[in-house]
Amino acid sequence: MTQASEQAGSTSATETIPAIQMAGIVKEFHSRGDVVRAVDGVDLEIGSGEFFSLLGPSGCGKTTTMRMIAGFEEPTHGEVRLYGASVLGVPPHKRDVNMVFQSYALFPHMNVFENVAFGLRRKKTAKDEVTRRVGEIIETVGLSGREKRRPRELSGGQQQRVALARALVNQPRALLLDEPLGALDLKLRQAMEVELKRIQREVGITFIYVTHDQGEALTMSDRIAVMNEGRVEQLGTPRDIYARPATRFVAGFIGTSNILSGPVTSAAGGSVVILDGDGQHVEATLRDGLSLSAGDTAEITVRPEKVSIKPDADGCAGCRLRGTVTEVVYLGTSTNYNVVTSTGDEITVFVQNSDDSAELAERGADVWLTWDPRHSYVIGAQ
Amino acid sequence: MHGIRSKLTPYYLMLPGGLWLAIFFAVPIVMMIGLSTMTGNVISGFGETWQHFGNYVQGFTQYTPEWIRSAEYAGLGCLISIVLSYPIAYWIAFYGGSRKSTYLFLLLLPFFVSFVLRTIAWNYILGDQGLILGPLKHWGLIAPGFRVLATGSAVIIGIVYNYLPFMILPIYVALERVDPTVIEAGRDLYAGSATVFRKVVLPLSLPGVFAGVLLNFVPAASDYVNASVLGGTGNTMIGNIIYDQYFVVQNYPVQASLSFSLMGILLIGIFLYARALGTEEVLEAAAAI
Repeated sequence: MTQASEQAGSTSATETIPAIQMAGIVKEFHSRGDVVRAVDGVDLEIGSGEFFSLLGPSGCGKTTTMRMIAGFEEPTHGEVRLYGASVLGVPPHKRDVNMVFQSYALFPHMNVFENVAFGLRRKKTAKDEVTRRVGEIIETVGLSGREKRRPRELSGGQQQRVALARALVNQPRALLLDEPLGALDLKLRQAMEVELKRIQREVGITFIYVTHDQGEALTMSDRIAVMNEGRVEQLGTPRDIYARPATRFVAGFIGTSNILSGPVTSAAGGSVVILDGDGQHVEATLRDGLSLSAGDTAEITVRPEKVSIKPDADGCAGCRLRGTVTEVVYLGTSTNYNVVTSTGDEITVFVQNSDDSAELAERGADVWLTWDPRHSYVIGAQ
Repeated sequence: MHGIRSKLTPYYLMLPGGLWLAIFFAVPIVMMIGLSTMTGNVISGFGETWQHFGNYVQGFTQYTPEWIRSAEYAGLGCLISIVLSYPIAYWIAFYGGSRKSTYLFLLLLPFFVSFVLRTIAWNYILGDQGLILGPLKHWGLIAPGFRVLATGSAVIIGIVYNYLPFMILPIYVALERVDPTVIEAGRDLYAGSATVFRKVVLPLSLPGVFAGVLLNFVPAASDYVNASVLGGTGNTMIGNIIYDQYFVVQNYPVQASLSFSLMGILLIGIFLYARALGTEEVLEAAAAI
C-alpha cells in the first residue's frame, strides 16, 4: 500500500499504526578490535499490508536491518516498534514476525506437513486446527499431495514454497523474506515473483523483502528503500525510484543510467540548464529540497529508453545534444547505442525494435540525441 | 575396444583391495571355521571334522557370565560415554569458533600414548591407595576397605576412557553439519532454546550418536585389555577368555569358536541396529568422521 492509498483507504485504527517502525537504528559489530557499522542511522515506517523491499548491494546493511526486526540482532542504538510496541530485548521466538530464509532452512528431519506445522504446534494450537490451517496454506502455495515428502525430495522451487508456507501459516504480523528467490533459476524466479505478489495480496500480510536484485524489487514492491553503506539512499515507489533516482548511487544501482555533468548556466522554476547554445540544450528538473544557482556544477541523469536518436536537429524535443555513435548492439527486442556526446559524456540509448526498419545509425555516424526535459533529473551538485 | 576397457576399469581398480581382502580376510575366516569344528587336544593333536559344533555349545554354556559381562560393560560404557561426550561435542561444534580443530586435537592428544600404557595409568589413578582413593581414605571420607580397582566399575571406567574420542567425534561431526539457519528458523517459529534443542538439534545429531555407539560397542565388547589390567580376576570379559584359550590353555578349537561366535553376534547386532535406525544414516555418519 502506498502512502497515498493508505491515507485514503484506512478505516480501522490498527491500519493507521505502522506495522513496523525503525527509529535511529544503528548497528555496530565488533570484530578483532575493529568496530564495523553495518547499519548507520536508519529510519523507516512500513505500513500494514505493504509489500516493502530493502534493496541494495551485499554489505549494505539490508539483511542486518531485517534481522533486527526478526530479533536475531539487537540494535546498538535506536528502537524497533511492531504495531506501536517496542520489541527491544524481545527474543525472536516471542516476536510475532516470521522469516523466510535465503537457504530456506527447512527442518531436514521433518516432512512438509511437520515443517509447516512447527510454529503452530509451538503455540499449542489445537490439533484439528493445525491440520486445517496447514492443509489450507499448503494448498495456497500449490503443494497439495506432497505433505509427506522430506525437504530433500523436493525441488528448489518446492522447498521455497514450503519455507513460505511454514512462515505464513502462523499469520504473523509481518513476514520477513531474505533473498528468497536467490537460489532459483531465472524462469522459476520470474514465476515466483508473480506468485509471491499473488500470495501477499491473498493473505494481506505485511511483506518485508530483502534483495539485491532490482528487478525483483521493482516488480513486486509497493515501496522500496534503496540502501547503501548502512543508510537508506532513497525511499519511494518503484516508479519514483526508477524514474527519479535521488542520488548517483541509486541512479547507478537501478537500471542503466546516463549521467551528464556541467556548470549550471541558468536556474529558474525548479529546473536548471547546464548546456545552451550551438543548437544544443540540456535541462533537468530539480528534486524538492535541492537548489542550485548559476555556476554550480550539476549532475543530471536520464534513462536510456527516454532518449531518442535523430539524424539531424529537425523535430528534436526540449533537450538536444550532438554526438557520435561508438557502438551498436542488437539485443532482439531492442538495440543498444553507445554515443559520445559533444560534451564528452558517454550516453547509452535503448531503441525498441518495433518495426523491421534498418538501424537508425551506424558506428561512427554523427547523430542528435533528444529527450523531453521532464525525463532528466538533477541528482546532486558538487 | 575402448568401451570394454572403460567398463572394466572399476574392476581393475578394485583388484588390489579385493585380492587383499580375499587372501587376508576371507581365507582366514574359512580356516577359522575349520579350526572351530576340530576335535582333540593340544597333546594328541586336533583333527578336522567340519561338522563338530560342540565347541560352540561349550563356548556359550561354559562362559555365559563372560558373554553377559561383555554386553553389560560395553553397553554401560556406551551410555556413560554418550552422557560425557554429547556436551563436549556440542560445545566444540557451537562454541569452538575458530579454535575447533585445536580442541579436537587436544581431545586426541592422550591417544598418541599406547593403549596399554594409558590403561595401566588408570591402575594408579584408581588404585586402593592411588591418586583419588588415597587422599579420600586419609581424610576419612570413605571406608578404608573401599575399592574401585578390580571391580566391574574399573573396567567400565577404562572402556569409557579408552573409546571416548570415538563417541565425541561422530557426535561432533553430526552437530557440526547442523545448519545454523535451521536453528534460527526454530527460534523464529516460536521455539525457545530448550525446544529448539529437543525438536531440531537433538534429532539431527542422532545419526552421530548412533555411529558413536557402533564405534564404541564393537571394540568394547571384544576388548580384553581393560578387564585384564583394571578388572582383576572376577570381572573377565569374553575377550579375556579368547586370549586365555589361545595363549594359556591352547585349546585352539574353543578359541576359534568363541571368536567366530563373537564376530557373528556383533555382525548380526550391527545389522539389526542399522536396520532399525536406517542403515544409510548410521553408516553415513560413521563414514563422515
